[in-house]
Amino acid sequence: MKYGIVIFPGSNCDQDSFYGVSSVMGAEAEMIWHKDHHLGQYDCIILPGGFSYGDYLRAGSIARYSPIMQEVVAFANGGGLVLGICNGFQVLLEAKLLPGAMLQNKHVHFICKSVYIKTHHSNTPYTNALKEGDILEIPIAHMEGNYYCDNSTYQRLKDGGQILFSYCDAKGNSTDEANPNGSLRNIAGICNEKKNVLGLMPHPERALESMLGSEDGKRIFESIRSHC
Amino acid sequence: MEITKDLISAHNLTLEEYEKIKTILGREPSLTELGMYSVLWSEHCSYKSSKPLLQELPVVGEYILEGPGENAGVIDIGDGLAIVMKVESHNHPSAIEPYEGAATGVGGIIRDIITMGARPIALLNSLRFGNYKSPRTQYLLNGVVSGIAGYGNCVGVPTVGGETYFEDCYDGNPLVNVMCVGILETKNMVRAVAKGKGNPVIYAGSTTGRDGLGGAAFASKELNDQSEKDRPAVQVGDPFMEKLLIEACLEISQQDYLIGMQDMGAAGLTSSSSEMAGKGEGGMSLDLSAVPQRDKNLSPYEMMLSESQERMLLVVKSGYEDKAVEIFHKWGLKAAVIGSVEANALLTVKHKDEIVAEVPAKSLSNDAPVYNRPAKKPAYLDGLKSISDAITFGKANTDFNETLLKVLSSPTIGSKKSIYQQYDYMVGTNTVVLPGQSDAALMRIKGTQKGIALSIDGNSRYCYLNPFTGGQIAVAEAARNVVCVGAKPLAVTDGLNFGNPENPEVFWQFQQGVMGIKSACEALETPVVGGNVSLYNETNGTAIYPSPIIGMMGLMEDIDHRVTMGFKNADDVIFLLGDSLEELDGSEYLKVIHDMMGKECPRLDLGLEKEVQETCLSLINKRLLSSAHDLSEGGLAVALFESCITGDKGANIVIGATGLSDAALLFSESQSRILISVSPESLYEAITYLEYKEIPYQQIGMVTKGKSLKIDDLIDQPLESLEKSWKSLVL
Amino acid sequence: MYQAKVYITLKDSILDPQGTAVKGALESLKYQNIPELRIGKYIQLQIDETDLSRAESQLKEMCEKILSNPIIENYRYDLSEG
Repeated sequence: MKYGIVIFPGSNCDQDSFYGVSSVMGAEAEMIWHKDHHLGQYDCIILPGGFSYGDYLRAGSIARYSPIMQEVVAFANGGGLVLGICNGFQVLLEAKLLPGAMLQNKHVHFICKSVYIKTHHSNTPYTNALKEGDILEIPIAHMEGNYYCDNSTYQRLKDGGQILFSYCDAKGNSTDEANPNGSLRNIAGICNEKKNVLGLMPHPERALESMLGSEDGKRIFESIRSHC
Repeated sequence: MEITKDLISAHNLTLEEYEKIKTILGREPSLTELGMYSVLWSEHCSYKSSKPLLQELPVVGEYILEGPGENAGVIDIGDGLAIVMKVESHNHPSAIEPYEGAATGVGGIIRDIITMGARPIALLNSLRFGNYKSPRTQYLLNGVVSGIAGYGNCVGVPTVGGETYFEDCYDGNPLVNVMCVGILETKNMVRAVAKGKGNPVIYAGSTTGRDGLGGAAFASKELNDQSEKDRPAVQVGDPFMEKLLIEACLEISQQDYLIGMQDMGAAGLTSSSSEMAGKGEGGMSLDLSAVPQRDKNLSPYEMMLSESQERMLLVVKSGYEDKAVEIFHKWGLKAAVIGSVEANALLTVKHKDEIVAEVPAKSLSNDAPVYNRPAKKPAYLDGLKSISDAITFGKANTDFNETLLKVLSSPTIGSKKSIYQQYDYMVGTNTVVLPGQSDAALMRIKGTQKGIALSIDGNSRYCYLNPFTGGQIAVAEAARNVVCVGAKPLAVTDGLNFGNPENPEVFWQFQQGVMGIKSACEALETPVVGGNVSLYNETNGTAIYPSPIIGMMGLMEDIDHRVTMGFKNADDVIFLLGDSLEELDGSEYLKVIHDMMGKECPRLDLGLEKEVQETCLSLINKRLLSSAHDLSEGGLAVALFESCITGDKGANIVIGATGLSDAALLFSESQSRILISVSPESLYEAITYLEYKEIPYQQIGMVTKGKSLKIDDLIDQPLESLEKSWKSLVL
Repeated sequence: MYQAKVYITLKDSILDPQGTAVKGALESLKYQNIPELRIGKYIQLQIDETDLSRAESQLKEMCEKILSNPIIENYRYDLSEG
């Protein structure tokens, strides 16, 4: 099991992801520089959180055109696992590997806190160690996590079983209060039709040790491990 | 250009200071030279009013590797690792443009840490605003918090702690003090020095523009109604650039060929070059034509004084300049060789083959005039009225439930969640005790069992009543905060915010404050490893309350021993360590309920303080405590509520006769007190230890499952309603 | 050389929290007659090109490819020689 973690110049969760998948989860991991034109052999590519290229135009809009993203897109189209966390999710949207777009949080502010998300489908590489309805406690930290897509796209996502996680309260209810950013239908994470590309606003790499408040993020990486 | 009196005064220099420059040079300065002196001899850069006092502070100690004098203090934590920390103010820029002012404050202090070769791992901030209800305060508060968030979140350094107070004296002059903490392998420590004749001087980072021209001189002026029109002096930050700079500088810090590094903060190129030269060979020559520039036709004057952000000056071994430049280019940053180290003790600046400045380097950084300002006890102190005489507290008909709800709704006391939630306090995956969970933040040190606890504190109302004791309390409370998570306080970085030092009454406050800090730091064995002085915090002639801010770092050998402030289990027994006295003067209660200030600052017995702290720390290390929480603003009642709400538990408190008024029992702000809870299994051992230590303590009640807070027959309230009042601060 | 001014706005159907916040701020300053306020982006750029139609097609391409996100944003531009 080997992860490749892309470093964009403004990535700031790259080291956290590396530490999480290697030191805590025990997988192999390698950093990949954004200017590289060649992708090595990996079981899963992580696009980590941060501010890829400063995110001045729109989060992820510039990263999408970096040399390594051309390789990542090809890797994903070939069925490879690509996990975009937070800013990584934004990059996946800009790169059209996932449908929809991110708007600013409804309260305009950056928001950092622990939230609950509910699992909707367990038949994917990212959720096979989870059961439908399982609730995970995982932190979020973002300014633009207000997921948006039009109605027909939403319907396609829903029918295709692509909405993997949505924000909920501690008991699993998808309420407005439990929605931290105004995201459409409380969406927290979606995958593509082939289920090999996952975009997730919450940070599972921050929830891998009880010392840090939650170990629930492990379930996602355990799923990836058992898939590979 | 002729140097006229007007020009001298426009540079904030006195005629005497100008004469001194002429004596040093043996001639009239050029305009560029005048500008260079004016900025480096400003209060902000030269500490000309504060130097004699700062020399009083204890700066050495068992763990201290580097005290004041470098960019930041360095503290040994064993295992070949050291902690680097410093606090810096950005008060004036934040008053004019809160977002950029606060953001560039964060950027500046982070660069102070990376110049030491350390990776920044935590940010804290101490904020002071005027009346919470005023639209201007709302504007400033929102701007400052978004600025800190916008910058800190992007560079990926977690903002893990802080404090925010609201007091009318800050209406026109808010305070924004930011503290940064970094970690380094001791062997990679970098100093700001330019050694080795002929070694190349490298400029790296962002380009130079006209932004922030004269920013340091600006920070040394009182604010007035004109200041909003001085806007060009405020710099604009680029956190993305800073993130790149962090990575590039850390990469270069590990190279043997790096000799010295300094950031270009206040007075940019002038301060960095003269300081590095002053600490090393003595001289440096620069060619400004080689400086990467953003604006066309920058004059040498502008380039030497520009405060464009995210820039660094480095000296490397001759022959390695290409390698160094290559590292910066890899991170997409500008870098160029712009000069070389000289042994002639001169800072020589060339522009287009013409010498535009040539001055003794040390005269800029070391020879600024030093002023022993006159001090006089302020007249207002005699006019203060002690409150205990004025009103009778605790009348039988007072509803203390109402009182507590009101005290909790004070924005100074209330939850700061809507502030800290805007900061990414988790990035780095090291934050073990999060904001709101305890009196201090706790960061783990990956690869070890160790942790460091961090706190920033200061109560300026106490300092207004008695700056000496107020200064002592700031240190004592910051140390107590760190103790309450289970760490041993090791070192202090201080932010000294005062008014105009040329006013003898303000200077007296400053003197007393510093001497208070000195005595507490000596007693608690926490040396001051560096800090910042911000004077001239006045608006239209009215000074702020004296506001020394103390940043404290403590070390925890085994992070598994940590405790937080929330009550953990029903039936745990609650104790109060320390003495409770009739001390309502200066309290938040008095301000919120009676709109009064009082006369006396709470007393502080440093001997008792130390014993209480040591006892609490031992109890934690013996693993006998379920929770520990420092008593501060709002006294016992507020501390109890905070332990309840954070732990989602109730408390039933029975104190009985104490000789105190009811109000003082609930809201007195007596110092050296810690609220602890102990499980029934640990009770015997805990009491035995408390008896053995012979410190004052009182068993006051029990943690309950029911979600309400009961205190004698004074308070009986569901947590839910208390919480609602406590969450009044909304951004 | 062509001077381009690009205006990027959120589509009408998209909620604009920033605009709502600023509108609220104006209202609190007693400007009550602002029924609508939306925030957009303004980008000013030069295109080193001699032919207008080539400049324009390049500008359009840039707008669609990166400067705006067609899922949530509209764009318009002014292009002039000078």
